[in-house]
Amino acid sequence: MNQIAIIGVGWYGFKPSTPEVSFREMVFEASTRAYQDAGNINPRNYVDSFISCQEDFWEGISISDEFAPDQLGGALRPTMTVAGDSLQGLAHAFMHINSGIADIVAIEAHSKASDILTYSEIVKLSMDPIYVRSINPQNFHFIAGLDAVKFMERKKISREDLAMVVEKNKSSGLSSPRASYASKISAQDVLSKEFIVYPLSELDIAPLVDGAIVIVVSTEEIARKLKKDDYVVVKGISYATDSSNLETSELGKANYMRIASDLAYKMANVTSPRKYFDAVFVDDRYSYKELQHLEGLRISDDPSKDLNEGNFSPQGEIPVNPLGGHLAKGVPLEASGFSLLLDAIDYIKQGKIEKALVGSWRGIPTFSGSVVVVEKP
Amino acid sequence: MKVNLYLNKRVAIIGAGLTLFRRRLLETPQEIAWEAASKALEEAGLELKDIDCVVIGSAPDAFDGVHLKGEYLSHGSGGIRKPVSRVYVGGATGVMTAIAGWYHVASGLCQKVLAVAEEKMSPARPHPQSVFKYIWDPILEKPLNPNLIWIFAMEMHRYMSKYGIKKEEIALVSVKNKRNALNNPYAQLGANITVDDVLNSEVLVWPVQLLDVSPVSDGGAAIVLASEDVARRYTDTPVWVEGVGWTLDNTEWPARDLSYARYVEFAARMAYKIAGIERPNKEIDVVEPYDPFDYKELHHLEALQLAKRGEAPTLLKEGVFDIDGDIPSSPSGGLLGVGNPIAAAGLMKVISIYWQLKGTAGKMQVKRPVHTGLAQAWGDLMQAGTVIVLRN
Repeated sequence: MNQIAIIGVGWYGFKPSTPEVSFREMVFEASTRAYQDAGNINPRNYVDSFISCQEDFWEGISISDEFAPDQLGGALRPTMTVAGDSLQGLAHAFMHINSGIADIVAIEAHSKASDILTYSEIVKLSMDPIYVRSINPQNFHFIAGLDAVKFMERKKISREDLAMVVEKNKSSGLSSPRASYASKISAQDVLSKEFIVYPLSELDIAPLVDGAIVIVVSTEEIARKLKKDDYVVVKGISYATDSSNLETSELGKANYMRIASDLAYKMANVTSPRKYFDAVFVDDRYSYKELQHLEGLRISDDPSKDLNEGNFSPQGEIPVNPLGGHLAKGVPLEASGFSLLLDAIDYIKQGKIEKALVGSWRGIPTFSGSVVVVEKP
Repeated sequence: MKVNLYLNKRVAIIGAGLTLFRRRLLETPQEIAWEAASKALEEAGLELKDIDCVVIGSAPDAFDGVHLKGEYLSHGSGGIRKPVSRVYVGGATGVMTAIAGWYHVASGLCQKVLAVAEEKMSPARPHPQSVFKYIWDPILEKPLNPNLIWIFAMEMHRYMSKYGIKKEEIALVSVKNKRNALNNPYAQLGANITVDDVLNSEVLVWPVQLLDVSPVSDGGAAIVLASEDVARRYTDTPVWVEGVGWTLDNTEWPARDLSYARYVEFAARMAYKIAGIERPNKEIDVVEPYDPFDYKELHHLEALQLAKRGEAPTLLKEGVFDIDGDIPSSPSGGLLGVGNPIAAAGLMKVISIYWQLKGTAGKMQVKRPVHTGLAQAWGDLMQAGTVIVLRN
């Protein structure tokens, strides 16, 4: 397999609400910028395949892929939908290029969460209809609560540790143009909030956000022609599902992240991830998830200790979510993985780092994650 | 799209499994998926632990009433603690599932892939049509409260009108496919019917009548794909994926020429180029075009370049597409005879061709030797085409 290159990036939104545009207009804005960034390419001539990452129930449209092609320039071209996080879409693009059927691929993911009136009801519909949904949980965060408690007990993580994650990420987000929920709150503010589900308060849970992201990838040969050295290389990529059934997945551990990262590290020839990467951009839609994912990614065996020693801060030994993660930027549904990848690309292009690790999770009630290793060429 | 004639890796199908296609199967969607998946593994001679990646195909989430349906189906599809992803392009999903399975192997990411498609349409209340109430543009079209039969009636009417085709000629597809389905042990609606039966069946939306339409079905389908070296270790009769193609036309269906499926033509041209096929009507030995409506089989045979525009009904009448004809079409019985659990129906078409080329299609087997076969699916707002070419 050959590594692929990210040659164009475009985004729009990252606001709690975007009443000025439809989701299709939002994607058009993002794709226009991405094609410009990719060397002002015309998608009708240059892009070989198009991938859209979306789920019907988020869109309020049955068979939502019908609405994928036009705003990307993918009409009457090979356009398809991956029902998954955008990093899974990137993995499919990786396969399109490596199988030999495409040289340039455009991938889009978006969130119009502000259009969703009954978010929690939709999440309930993602639970197993016989074993889980039928207990009619009053609050879908209960799975995260169970997972968090088990993880915290196993790794000796305290409530204060979770609050520190929130403080770190909301504060780090102040340096990101995409972080609508960045703020200068303290760990004490987090601890003083009531629980939504123990041990998580409202501030431990990342809010939703609207946004669209389009990423253009190509072979490295084409990247060099179009962008000289102004691109980012995908050295390793993978994704994994632990088990979709709550009762057969292992609560308290991010097995999906461990499996996906081991595969991605193998592809990228990474043997000591803690030493290898300059920064980590990882799903933190619940505060405990950042720490749990860092364990799954083999970045930290003792996340509490590392956190308290400041090793994960933007100035620390291995910065984690130095642009704020989801706690500061919000959760843009299927664009979540791309929002973390965007931060990694920004950080690399700003010259702050050379090698980044990106890890995304699909959220409650899934046990699925994706991992990407990106570097300067 | 760039079409690379020197694909990086050769990929074979080495196993396939189907469930019965029926309305109101008692099994859950996860159980349906596993029944198909386990049969495919058994035919391939592999166990779940041997599988590197799982690809899932399923069309509207609302049929199963589950959000994040790929995640839900992953357990039943054997997608536990390994890379699992779901692809979809509406009704064209079944063939896209096989295509995605192909590129998982062709890219080198995996060596052995299980590709599973499942659909359970019957739980939708009061009828699966209610799920299709939400496929329309919410501003321009939804207020008109259209339904699928309504737009397909327009498409069928346009096809008949443009080429002067009679209903009797189109009804022959339903007669042929339901007759072929009598030989298919998985089929829901195999029957010996006549053109008159079709013409006398209930009018849904003129010119679409009840026997012009495939039934509501539940079902699952699965295949195992493997890289060349692996395939040769497990079977002496691998069936190779030689060409793939897929296309989505623009979303605005009212602005299209409804008499011709250009999205299928574009997908087919891509697959033919990869497979090195220059004269499809001479080189394709057996075909499974997507036939949720009888006129769609004719529509698709023309877009696949197996008949000239408007000439498929004539060739059908001449017996070219019969099971003993020059280009047997839907020897499985197609969706009209086997049933139409959307994504599973498309993968069933791939499996039908795979069994034909392997020579294990039983009573469905085309009598003369077959070496190159094609399966095709179609969907979305009459805009998606997926095509796969297989060779033995």
